[in-house]
Amino acid sequence: MTGYLGSYATLGLLLVASVLIFVGAFTANRLLSPADPAEPAGKRATYESGVDPVGGDWAQMQIRYYVYAYLYVLFAVEAVFLFPWAVIFDRPGFGATTVVEMAIFVAVLALGILYAWRKKILDWT
Amino acid sequence: MTIKFPDIDYAAIAPLLIMFGVAALGVLVEAFVPKRARHLTQLVLALAGLVAALVVLVTQAETRVVTAGGAIAVDGPALFLQGSIIVLAIMAVLLIGERSLEKGGPFVAQAAITVGSEDDRRQAARADGATEVYPLATFAIFGMMLFVSANDLLTMFIALEVLSLPLYLMCALARRRRLVSQEAALKYFMLGAYASAFFLFGVALVYGFTASVQAAPGRMAGGVDFATIHAAATQSPANRALLFGGLAMIAIGLLFKAAAAPFHVWTPDVYQGAPTAVTGFMAACTKVAAFGALLRVLYVAFDGARWDFTPVLGAIAILTMLVGAVLSVTQTDLKRLLAYSSIANAGYLLVGVLAGVREGISSTMFYLVAYGFTVIAAFAVVTLVRDADGEATHLSRWAGLGRRSPVFAGVFTFILLAFAGIPLTSGFISKFAVFGAALDGGQTWLVIAGVITSMVLAFPYLRVVVMMWLSEPGESTPTIAVPGALTAAALVIGVAATLVLGVAPAPLLNLSDTAGQFIR
Amino acid sequence: MEQTIEYAHATGVLGSVWLLIAIPLVSSAVILLLGRRSAKFAHWLGTAAIGAGFVLTLIYFFSLRDQPNRAVERNLWEFISVGNLKVDIGLLFDPLSAVFCLLITGVGFLIHLYAVGYMAHDERRHTFFGYFNLFAAAMLLLVLGNNYVMLYLGWEGVGLASYLLISFWYTRPSAATAGKKAFLMNRVGDAGLVIAIFTMFAYLGSTNYADVFNGVGGLSSTVVLLMGLLLLLGATGKSGQFPLQAWLPDAMEGPTPVSALIHAATMVTAGVYLIARSNAIFSANEVLQTVVVSVGALTLLIGCIIGAAKDDIKRVLAWSTVSQIGYMFLGVGLGGGAYALAIIHLLAHGFFKANMFLGAGSVMHGMKDQVDIRRFGGLWKLMPWTFGTFTAGWLAIVGFPGFSGFFTKEPIIVAAFEREGWTAWLYGWAALLGAGLTAFYMTRLWVLTFLGPKRWTEDIEHPHESPPIMVGPLVLLAIGSAIAGGLMASPVAKWLEPPLPHEAGHPEPVMSHGVITTLSLVLTFAGIGLAYLLFRRGTALVEQPAGVVVTAARRNLYADAFNEIVFEKPGIFLTRALVFLDNRGIDGAVNGLAAAVGGGSGRLRRLQTGFVRSYAMSMMAGALVVVAAFVAVQMGWLS
Repeated sequence: MTGYLGSYATLGLLLVASVLIFVGAFTANRLLSPADPAEPAGKRATYESGVDPVGGDWAQMQIRYYVYAYLYVLFAVEAVFLFPWAVIFDRPGFGATTVVEMAIFVAVLALGILYAWRKKILDWT
Repeated sequence: MTIKFPDIDYAAIAPLLIMFGVAALGVLVEAFVPKRARHLTQLVLALAGLVAALVVLVTQAETRVVTAGGAIAVDGPALFLQGSIIVLAIMAVLLIGERSLEKGGPFVAQAAITVGSEDDRRQAARADGATEVYPLATFAIFGMMLFVSANDLLTMFIALEVLSLPLYLMCALARRRRLVSQEAALKYFMLGAYASAFFLFGVALVYGFTASVQAAPGRMAGGVDFATIHAAATQSPANRALLFGGLAMIAIGLLFKAAAAPFHVWTPDVYQGAPTAVTGFMAACTKVAAFGALLRVLYVAFDGARWDFTPVLGAIAILTMLVGAVLSVTQTDLKRLLAYSSIANAGYLLVGVLAGVREGISSTMFYLVAYGFTVIAAFAVVTLVRDADGEATHLSRWAGLGRRSPVFAGVFTFILLAFAGIPLTSGFISKFAVFGAALDGGQTWLVIAGVITSMVLAFPYLRVVVMMWLSEPGESTPTIAVPGALTAAALVIGVAATLVLGVAPAPLLNLSDTAGQFIR
Repeated sequence: MEQTIEYAHATGVLGSVWLLIAIPLVSSAVILLLGRRSAKFAHWLGTAAIGAGFVLTLIYFFSLRDQPNRAVERNLWEFISVGNLKVDIGLLFDPLSAVFCLLITGVGFLIHLYAVGYMAHDERRHTFFGYFNLFAAAMLLLVLGNNYVMLYLGWEGVGLASYLLISFWYTRPSAATAGKKAFLMNRVGDAGLVIAIFTMFAYLGSTNYADVFNGVGGLSSTVVLLMGLLLLLGATGKSGQFPLQAWLPDAMEGPTPVSALIHAATMVTAGVYLIARSNAIFSANEVLQTVVVSVGALTLLIGCIIGAAKDDIKRVLAWSTVSQIGYMFLGVGLGGGAYALAIIHLLAHGFFKANMFLGAGSVMHGMKDQVDIRRFGGLWKLMPWTFGTFTAGWLAIVGFPGFSGFFTKEPIIVAAFEREGWTAWLYGWAALLGAGLTAFYMTRLWVLTFLGPKRWTEDIEHPHESPPIMVGPLVLLAIGSAIAGGLMASPVAKWLEPPLPHEAGHPEPVMSHGVITTLSLVLTFAGIGLAYLLFRRGTALVEQPAGVVVTAARRNLYADAFNEIVFEKPGIFLTRALVFLDNRGIDGAVNGLAAAVGGGSGRLRRLQTGFVRSYAMSMMAGALVVVAAFVAVQMGWLS
């Protein structure tokens, strides 16, 4: 197992071996397991210890919470960029261009809230 | 610590900015323009924006610069690929804008309504489609254009998300077969997020590897820009497992988008479920973006590890070609068939990528453009074959179509022959080019696999041809709708390009050849 | 021995040689694009295009005399240029291409003329002529290109056109199946050709004939062998030679003897052209020559044996084509002067096989498309013209003295005896035996069709002679069959030699010339006599139980079964296994969701969407392998 592709051959053998072991284990399971497994009471319950799970697993959430959470994330991320900018924007070499660029950035994000407002997402009822 | 003000070459990134501006404007149009005028406004805005971006791009053809603090590289491949994305996107937008085939267009107004509910039936039957699809598409196009010119892995990741998220949403908008459409969107989203996680993890590992390396004297040590990675590949004292692990995971993230096996599993379901116009958009533009990014990552950042990654990616290329070719043989749905064919084509593209020589870059780019034109035309034909339930995509329904409508069956036959790589179509030239490049690069094993699988792949295409021409049309053979002006335009462009690139490919080959040089 | 090959630049009249391809191509495009609107004039336009091609070929042919090396080449435009790969659209006109052009346009013109009458009642006649011209254009491109990529372009074009023509009558399922079979087998051959072309790129950096032939001397013999074998694979696919012979007779399912003829006289000779053109490659390697000769000898025997057991008039002729092309392969494989012999035989075969195919068509035309020779008989009185012309073809193919087959086949047999050592006996006797068998089965066909008692089906009352437009070409071809052998005596054989290497000094055949000729004549007459005696009273109307050999021959010597076991079954199995993995193994189960929505809808029921979790699982597995391959191998953890 030497040469440029030699170690790939080793890897290939390893993969083949692992697939064989995998297939072998499952085949052995299929062959050895009883054809008619026992079905004692409670075997298929969620908790075999006997505790009943309470309620269904399908709970509905009011969609508005999701939308608000989303809008919050939008502006939280905006703030992350605003803080470092606020520290340096008045240093020499930055100046007006920097302010305009940040204004554009904020405007683009504001676009999102504008859209949300026009689509009546901000109304709670 | 000093912070330096990054200089930005606004002219060089003007096409990107135009697309972003158009997308933002699109959101405003959504919010303020009255409902009746929205569709036309959005369509005109999107097309005008694309054309403007293309014009500006052409004026920038000679630009070779790394700008925006090293985040964006505008070089030959970036410009060529951005141009390809714009041109193909124009065709896709034409398809998306078609409203004459179905009342209200091929999209629904609200994708998230529970399928089968009263509201859903109402919107499927009557309501006009969502015009949000235009800003979504333009955002995605912006993301793709940024993707192919990103010069560091973080910018690339952001571009990846910008292009992916709108695509996930667009998949869910199909007017017919809502449940399949929603399922496709959710699948694409979940698997896409999964693949993105791989990409991000890979970026983190690479960042760890480059920690102590300066790309150039005076630069900050560490980073995930491509110059630093390139320097680190030879200089870093860190454990090389970080480099290879990182490269592997980044490649996985990109190969997912490119639909290479075994990361292709989403492709058939998503291609089938998504609205056909969107499928065409994904098949053409996303492929360009994904392979553009893959080219840049492999040729610019990890150039020094070529010796190490070629065997593994080569194995993936062969697996991809095999899976695509063999599985397409048994497909019975046309969109699924095209999905598997797109997978196989990803394999051929990988052959070009792995050539490792400059011709590899240019031939891959040529292939992307040629394939894009053909595949959009193919999906355009698919939108036309309809019955009462919308598009009839099951293969058996296409039987005898040649008798019903010889023109469209002829056009589709030509497209399929191009896919099969019959000479005098672009499909032949592009395969020839990538295989030739791979031979130049000494990757003979990939070429042999490529030739053999392309012979296999010819079979399913020809099977469709045989079905169309050699069967009698039955009761259930659908009609071919008269295409509206937009679909007709997209179809004509696609077929003409397939023919021209097959007969006289030299101009585009030369263009891709002159553009085939990355800057670092 | 080493001499560089150069071609003069085409000037003057020869500069317009591209017209040969352009005219039929334009005519085909016009017909196909106009569709039904061209129905009134399509057949005349198509025929005129080929006729013009024939006249042009004659002009070019005669102006070729004044050229140095009698070869000119013309580069039209640059086709592909990627890195070191440069391919031009260029044409080469030399004696070899000229002979093929004459055959294609000359015989093609007569076939067109005949088809005007034969297809008169078909409502899609215009489409047929559109395909026909497309075929001619592609075939001319094939023989006129000056590099292997051009040849490949024509090669694929010919394949496409032939595929369209075979399945022209799509209402017959067998026609569609035959089309598919022809396509698949040809793909196998084409793959060989493509890989051969890539090999040329890889080792010689060019596919121009001149560059390749000049460069072949510098290659290692292994590469030459590989290249030659791959080219041979391509040639066997197109020409229906062993081991890819099975598609050719099935292709006779095509609508008419006319299209079947394409697969008999013109297209299938593409393989012979390929080998003749590549003679520099084939002469460079002894083993390669032996392989070609063996393929030829084996195929010619296979063709004869199966041909003797078939009852379908077109199939018998088809298998005889397989066998005659076997002779040509034998000839080109022998190298040296035998190249020219094979090409002459190809010309003669073009004439007499065209003659007989059109004759068969004429018989079918009068017999309500009956093809079973057991159901013919006694037709000589009713179809005197067909009988007369067919007889000329029959005499030509069996090699009756004075007819063309005698002049063209004999020298190939003699050449086979000129090989060295015991192989001379092997190949010589194979060729001789083939001559005897050919006489037998062709006489059987002739006797059963035209002589003996009537054995017609009830619905046929008055078989009639075909109209003049069909008989005309028949007569011309019959004259050709009779005199084409004269070509041997004429300077044409000499004239062909420049592009083909000519070795000084023939080795003497192992038997004397006279003995060989006598033997072959004896065998031929024995075959004729035996067949006449056996079949002059007709034959049983249904298939009789028969011994092992006949049964095997009826089953095409089990070639189909062999193909099925060796090629189809593993392919199907592989596909099924992969589909199983993709749909069941990975999907886990058929998704109930889609089934619920689908309800009665047949389309949705077939949707087998998978679970995202299984998709994610397979991606994870793939990712693990990729990462392991990168990290574990590169870090040397495994070595």
